[in-house]
Amino acid sequence: MALQSLDIERRSATTTPSPSVREPMKVAKLIDISKCIGCKACQAACMEWNDVRDSIGICEGVYDNPMDLSADSWTVMRFSEVEPEPGKLEWLIRKDGCMHCADPGCLKACPSPGAIVQYANGIVDFHEGNCIGCGYCITGCPFNVPRLSKKDNKAYKCTLCSDRVAVGMEPACIKSCPTGALLFGSKDDMTRHAEKRITDLKARGFENAGLYDPKGVGGTHVMYVLQHADKPQLYHGLPKDPQISPLVSLWKGMAKPIMGIGLGLVALAGFFHYVTAGPNEANETEEDEKEEQ
Amino acid sequence: MTNHWVDIKNANLVLIMGGNAAEAHPCGFKWVTEAKAHNNAKLVVVDPRFNRSAAVADYYAPIRTGTDIAFLGGLINYLLANDKIQHEYVKHYTNAAFLVNENYTFAEGLFSGYDAEHRKYDKSTWSYAMQPDGYAAVDETLQNPRCVFNLMKQHYARYTPEVVSNICGTPKEQFLKVCGMIAETSAPDKTMTIMYALGWTQHTVGSQMIRTAAMVQLLLGNVGMAGGGVNALRGHSNIQGLTDLGLLTNQLPGYLTVPGEKETVYEEYLAQRSLKPTRPGQMSYWQNYPKFFVSLMKAWYGKAATKENNFCYDWLPKLDKMHDVLQVFEDMHQGKMNGYFCQGFNPLASFPNKAKIGGALAKLKYLVVIDPLATETSEFWQNFGEYNDVDPAQIQTEVFRLPATCFAEEDGALVNSSRWLQWHWKGAEPPGDAKGDAEIMAGLYLRLRDFYRKEGGAFPDPILNLTWDYAILDRPSPEELAKEYNGRALADIPDPKDPTKMLLKAGQQLDGFAQIQDDGSTACGCWLFAGAWTEKGNMMARRDNADPSGLGETLGWAFAWPANRRILYNRASCDPAGKPWDPKRAIVHWNGSKWTGFDVPDFKPDSAPDQGMEPFIMQPEGVARLFALDMMAEGPFPEHYEPFETPIGTNPLHPKVVSNPAARVFKDDLAQFGTAKEFPYAGTTYRLTEHFHFWTKHAVINSVLQPQQFVEVGEELAKEKGIQDGALVKVRSKRGYIKAVAVVTKRIKPLMVNGKKVHTVGVPLHWGFKGVAKNGYLANTLTPFVGDANTQTPEYKSFLVDIEKA
Repeated sequence: MALQSLDIERRSATTTPSPSVREPMKVAKLIDISKCIGCKACQAACMEWNDVRDSIGICEGVYDNPMDLSADSWTVMRFSEVEPEPGKLEWLIRKDGCMHCADPGCLKACPSPGAIVQYANGIVDFHEGNCIGCGYCITGCPFNVPRLSKKDNKAYKCTLCSDRVAVGMEPACIKSCPTGALLFGSKDDMTRHAEKRITDLKARGFENAGLYDPKGVGGTHVMYVLQHADKPQLYHGLPKDPQISPLVSLWKGMAKPIMGIGLGLVALAGFFHYVTAGPNEANETEEDEKEEQ
Repeated sequence: MTNHWVDIKNANLVLIMGGNAAEAHPCGFKWVTEAKAHNNAKLVVVDPRFNRSAAVADYYAPIRTGTDIAFLGGLINYLLANDKIQHEYVKHYTNAAFLVNENYTFAEGLFSGYDAEHRKYDKSTWSYAMQPDGYAAVDETLQNPRCVFNLMKQHYARYTPEVVSNICGTPKEQFLKVCGMIAETSAPDKTMTIMYALGWTQHTVGSQMIRTAAMVQLLLGNVGMAGGGVNALRGHSNIQGLTDLGLLTNQLPGYLTVPGEKETVYEEYLAQRSLKPTRPGQMSYWQNYPKFFVSLMKAWYGKAATKENNFCYDWLPKLDKMHDVLQVFEDMHQGKMNGYFCQGFNPLASFPNKAKIGGALAKLKYLVVIDPLATETSEFWQNFGEYNDVDPAQIQTEVFRLPATCFAEEDGALVNSSRWLQWHWKGAEPPGDAKGDAEIMAGLYLRLRDFYRKEGGAFPDPILNLTWDYAILDRPSPEELAKEYNGRALADIPDPKDPTKMLLKAGQQLDGFAQIQDDGSTACGCWLFAGAWTEKGNMMARRDNADPSGLGETLGWAFAWPANRRILYNRASCDPAGKPWDPKRAIVHWNGSKWTGFDVPDFKPDSAPDQGMEPFIMQPEGVARLFALDMMAEGPFPEHYEPFETPIGTNPLHPKVVSNPAARVFKDDLAQFGTAKEFPYAGTTYRLTEHFHFWTKHAVINSVLQPQQFVEVGEELAKEKGIQDGALVKVRSKRGYIKAVAVVTKRIKPLMVNGKKVHTVGVPLHWGFKGVAKNGYLANTLTPFVGDANTQTPEYKSFLVDIEKA
């Protein structure tokens, strides 16, 4: 049997009930934006531990780099210069990445059995071996996090270092954070710690400080302490009330069986196309043109 | 640092000014978050840019680059005018009550004794009024108009909030808000810590900026206190070690000094440096100078150094003048140098006015670069297009590259900002033929010695007699070198209190510098490091983080110079009777028979408070100096002078003396300074978290995180110039230009200075033409070749530029 911390609670496109004898603690990462200095040590640690290297890009007129999440960048810092009150400048720096929703839209949307799992500790993980590259997880994610790799056409995102957590270590980003802006522990402990931080922030003049743990996705296992919890969109467009796309509910409800039949027909048609016309090969120029676009 | 990194957590207020700790020292910055979390501390940031430190600050105030003395001078005026000083501390522990020489004056921007022709001062009037008994005169009532306190008050009375705002561009309310927050720490149970770095040192008045900060901390009673002090955040992992070991042309190890060319008499050299107390009952610790000097010479020359030959004093070079890097490159540029050894140093990138540096290197016959990386300096002769547009055919310099190890490939100690010597162990073997720096130096030395042995030469003695007793001659080990700088007994050392006992037997390692002798019976390579490697072993390798005080006084962790002391001047944390000013910050105290506590007392251990010895034992007068006497080049009180390239073209305080009258400037460089008419914007260079100087552009991950050169421009200036965010721009100074991507930001705002709107252009410096990041221009193409009057550190932080769409 797998490590306790890797007990699986839910699997994509699977109806077999999960084992429930053991009830591991729910974990959470707490990102305290009021302590973040945007040093990007977490980005570096993420690349190192997970052995991914994004390309050396260009400067696009901001401190952000890489500019967006990708199959090789599972976390990026988003820098926002805002003036919540006229003349009062703030530089809000938000570590972006998977929120590990308790009710994960990606998992719900995924049609491939076992490509997305939710561990009993709350971590939502992609098992790329089972990924068919359909991109439905992207549609399903209310935070626009998963990215398809151009290299293998599979979806990637932050694993919350499920491999480290499984053996009792904190995620790599937490370990690297020099200011304690990133913390990891049980969701209960993190919530309690956040309360203290919020009290402190309120005493320092941030009346609307609060915890970001949105209910629309059942709460998240990555939470933010925000100075302006009433205006999460200040933080580079963090959604105020994230919800799973209605398309996913549609798919999970009535549309799924119909689409299943549809997919079967497509597969059948593909098979006949293959035996009658041979494999479908795109020519290289077409692919290059697409990449340039 | 007077204090140390961990101690920052004890502050009530953290002032980051002249530095950007969150960005340039992110790991140390954790102690600021600790202070906020556990001490309810406030963080104030004063900087030309709203930077990453400001992002997490409780309060931010903008300031024009290069005007920090005006700001801090205004703060001194505020503290005095509003009576927000710690009176008892100021009265007893500073020279506030001392009377000043009656001929000392300050008028129209100049102190008494100025010699315009040589751009320097005759400093004889910058002294105390002396009593007939040979001691300095004092007036403890502080009523005498010629006492330091009143002269200081008078000097800074000119720095009103309006004057400060007019010079610095800081809005008056914001300046006063910062003053108010700082003033609260004048209470004996409140402290402020000041964290500064190159944002203060890299000005023509850099040293005086730091001095002004020290004066503020003395007036507030924050020096010697846990959570207080003036804390320099050093820019390289071992730059503290560099200064400690005297790697500057006028320094010997442990802040001993190289004799000047007129100091040909040994006894006079020593007398000049071992000053007698100028107040009764004071320690004047530098009276021990001869011990440290003699033991250094014994470490270097062993048996050849004898009492009879003045311990080889005549072998030391005698300085005609400072030969700092600006002077060296000036000489090189004039064709006065043939060869240059460049070890762990990238001057083409790191020194101002790249065109001059490149031109100077091209006049050498040979250049030796000792470095782990292929640096811009080692490739200065190659054409890299616009980034380095030279004609290799015209450059005859022969370049040798000696691959060195990097810090992770060798054992040894680094001295951090906290003055801790922390031993580290190598994490990897060096690649290829890379050799440690000590091995490379040993190889050079042994070959030179062979030449001297075979061929004689003009002056072979200092080379032939150098102690060289390492087990493997061409590879001195870090352990051997560490033991050498700690020092050892060369003969049995009797205990002065009980001559029947021995302090040390011949051959034993010293326990500390108190055992160092002036008769040649001890050898010590650096007196400040004595205690780092004793008979008990390597003290630098200790890793006990027990902290019985709860104040971060971990005496079992590594070794801190001097004497494993963690907070300097800690005697001043107690009142004159020896009781801590603040019981929560009790680090040392007088227990009735001796000084004791959680830290190593910075005082004579058995000197009872009623004996009247004052806490600043290194000074002949025993107290800290608000009035610096003759120790600074440009005046005993810091005065605001404009950067050499000033955007306002005048000094509102004294239009006839605009910039530092004693600053280091060479004649040919004067013509290379721009004016505001031609170059209207204030330029400043700085570092980013993602990179370390010019090294990490060679590393993939750092380059992913910050791949390409950029400059920062405020929104208003960008709009005026039609510059779009992300567009390519050209930034020009009188000395050259760079092209970079524009980061258009709200974080740099124009400031109203002397009736004129001044815009700032920010120039991060990490890029060049070697490495894996996108190639870029060396930022120091733009900066001026002019240095601080005391340290000769170039003015990288304040210069003039123009900017346009590329």
